[in-house]
Amino acid sequence: MNQRVPAVSAAPAAAPALSWWRLFTSTDHKSIGLTYMGVAAVFLVLGGLEALVMRLQLAVPNNHLLVGEAYNRFLTMHGTTMIFFVLLPLLLGFTNYLLPLQIGARDMAFPRLNAFSLWLLVGGGLLLYLSPFTGSPSQGWFSYAPLSETAFTPQRGVDLWSVALIVSGYGTTLTAVNILVTGARLRAQGMLYRRLPMFAWMAWVNGFIILFALPCLTAVLMMLEVDRLLGAGLFTRGDPVLWQHYFWLFGHPEIYLLILPAWGIISEIIPVFSRKPIFGYEFVAWSSVAIAFLSFAVYAHHMFAVGLGWPVDLAFGTTSMLIAIPTGIKVFNWLATMWKGSVRYTLPMLYAAAFIVQFTFGGVSGVTFAVVPIDWQLTDTYYVVAHFHYVLFGGSLFAVLAGLHYYYPKFTGRFLDERLGRWGFWLNVIGFNGVFLVQHLLGLMGMPRRVYTYPALSGWEALNLFSTVSGFVLGVGLLVLLVNLWRSRTHGAVAGPDPWNGWTLEWLSSSPPRRENFVALPPLHSRRPLWDLKHPDDMDHVRPPRHDRQGRPIRDEEREHR
Amino acid sequence: MSAFPVFDPASSLARPITQLTSITFWLGLGVFLLVAGLLSWFMWRYRHRGAGGEPAQIFGNTRDEVGWILGAVALVGVLLFLTVRVAGQSSPDTAGPNPDVYVTAHQWYWAFRTPGGAETAGELHIPAGRRVLLDLTSADVIHDFSVPQLARKIDVIPGQHNRLWIEAAKAGTYAGECNEFCGPQHAWMRFRVIADDAASLAGAGPDSPAPTLVAGSAAAHGAQVFREVQCSACHAVQGQTSDFPHDGAVGPDLTHFASRQLMAGGVLTNTPANVQRWLKHTQQVKPGARMPTLPLSDQEINDLSAYLEALK
Repeated sequence: MNQRVPAVSAAPAAAPALSWWRLFTSTDHKSIGLTYMGVAAVFLVLGGLEALVMRLQLAVPNNHLLVGEAYNRFLTMHGTTMIFFVLLPLLLGFTNYLLPLQIGARDMAFPRLNAFSLWLLVGGGLLLYLSPFTGSPSQGWFSYAPLSETAFTPQRGVDLWSVALIVSGYGTTLTAVNILVTGARLRAQGMLYRRLPMFAWMAWVNGFIILFALPCLTAVLMMLEVDRLLGAGLFTRGDPVLWQHYFWLFGHPEIYLLILPAWGIISEIIPVFSRKPIFGYEFVAWSSVAIAFLSFAVYAHHMFAVGLGWPVDLAFGTTSMLIAIPTGIKVFNWLATMWKGSVRYTLPMLYAAAFIVQFTFGGVSGVTFAVVPIDWQLTDTYYVVAHFHYVLFGGSLFAVLAGLHYYYPKFTGRFLDERLGRWGFWLNVIGFNGVFLVQHLLGLMGMPRRVYTYPALSGWEALNLFSTVSGFVLGVGLLVLLVNLWRSRTHGAVAGPDPWNGWTLEWLSSSPPRRENFVALPPLHSRRPLWDLKHPDDMDHVRPPRHDRQGRPIRDEEREHR
Repeated sequence: MSAFPVFDPASSLARPITQLTSITFWLGLGVFLLVAGLLSWFMWRYRHRGAGGEPAQIFGNTRDEVGWILGAVALVGVLLFLTVRVAGQSSPDTAGPNPDVYVTAHQWYWAFRTPGGAETAGELHIPAGRRVLLDLTSADVIHDFSVPQLARKIDVIPGQHNRLWIEAAKAGTYAGECNEFCGPQHAWMRFRVIADDAASLAGAGPDSPAPTLVAGSAAAHGAQVFREVQCSACHAVQGQTSDFPHDGAVGPDLTHFASRQLMAGGVLTNTPANVQRWLKHTQQVKPGARMPTLPLSDQEINDLSAYLEALK
């Protein structure tokens, strides 16, 4: 085992008691955070099974398992589930759990509102999965008008689908308010903005993205319902493209909303397991702010084929390329954090490394879409499917898995089983890349996305079959992970409050933390209060000023390698 | 029809995109390999080696960071320059001239009409070596017109007339398909662009009507069935009289059906056996298709297919 001996002696953690009544009525941010994750796990199983059935249909050409409309129902439910009821709750769960702990607060700013948000999201999820009883939605998670209008998709399930998103969207918007107020007002004394842990920074910036993006979705869903239920014809007699403007003005920031907290998690894990502070704190933090702004200025890159005219396309192509710069900064800062460090091969670190590789791949293929003429050729092919799964699954979800392995001892007081964890890791990495790497090639071969079948053309058959088989490897990997999460809760090795020798405040509280989080807080003079406690002779803020080769002083918090 | 149509352009409109794609891919691969290489190297080189104190605490280096920001800016600058140069070349001005072909997308087939009125479905005939201006609109939902070897793709939107230049440098058959999710049969909304050296557009004109049928033949009987079961309510056959006062704009125009290679959006090749299979099991062959499975006898199906295969 590569895990470190606990720095603080471990009190034997009691097995976490599962009281259903407490679960449903709790306003404690930790309970709410974990419930978010539990809900996400349920939906992950549903969305994952839907994906496997779709991959079975696509395994061979001209298959008859799920034909036409039936396939489109799975397509719609899979996309909606994964975006709104898996990734989003997972990240909101982490934010809820960690933000107050990291900033030294007792709870979120509005605990009851917080519980309300959670149950709105759960209610939305239930509505979504009630929709099959009134005719499953089959218009795709993007629900393009006029296909989503009554004339072409008459079943009532579409209305339930939009109400589900409106309801859960309200929950998420309220959470954003909660996050913003918590981050702004509840920081412990000495926890300045420039000393916030990286995850807290990105989760907080994310609050702004949610606050401005989700109302666009709510608005456009209401417009769709005005069309569907009242026959207004906003997108039929009016302009069908209007839907896309609103939808992507929400939809693109949504992608960053799903990746920013994930970056935050990675920015916590890499420093701790490299035993070095994050390289270039300011750059990493401010690049998140830049991305938050830019994310709203790139939305029309989903619409390069609409025929807006190439000058408009180029304008949005330019902003889309610009977003590669702050994103690239982060990747290189993570690498530089490992440089001259002491890298430990723990499960969280392995997942973080896989994240960097896969996310970079997805980011690079994202840049190819910012190059407008390439988008004119490749948009709406499997190349897009491959690209965004690399960002959202290989990126965002792998970061969440890294975070789960990292924070599991904090959540439960116990470690995840190392052997099962490694099996899960390798199955996930091999399965994931097997499914989606070859889909880039399918896209280049011209296979359109969202098709339920395809002609028997050379190359298409073998690659699709390979993708499907890998899908089952991935499914087994995730299953192993879920078993591990469930089993280690009572069977894992006892971890203690600070199993990884961390530096941020959450590792000061017991594992799992007491109701009020902290007994007492140490003085906060730097970004790494626990480092200061553990290294009284080498505290971050009292290091002697150093000078570079030219004799110029270097700022306190910077220890040069020269 | 090539395995990687994006890398096998057959026109002066698609070629610059291919070059740009190759350059971008190589640049992207370089960046990816740099990151993956550095990661692997650091993971190995700086791995934890047993006991020992903490490594030197390095908080950052402004010069390094400004360095890789400038690197990224330079890379983006190069890409941007290339993008601007190619965008205009591959999407030339469409204002001014009258379109050569009017394209209407339907759930789920493509209709191609010349200004003269000749209409065909699923197959677009263009002269090789000349640019052809398309006017594209949709009869129902948003579709997307994509022939990667000949031009960029463009969405086909109801109530909006997008225009697109396409060109085939040499004679040949090029695969096209719908790329925008458009409902149950999005998978089977394929078409072919056939470039001939002879300068003909879209197909035969309206002045070459359907052939006369030998009285008493199966085909002549099929023509009668065609009228009686009101196929002509949805399908037009030019030169074929119809008692049903409908312009036949719901289903594909069948005037020169027999000269087409594929049918039903590319699901089937056009053979008498397949036509019969289509008429007998329409909804199984193409579930969700707007054409119902008609209650026809085997005799009627046989005659109808004889008639359709006579429409040269």
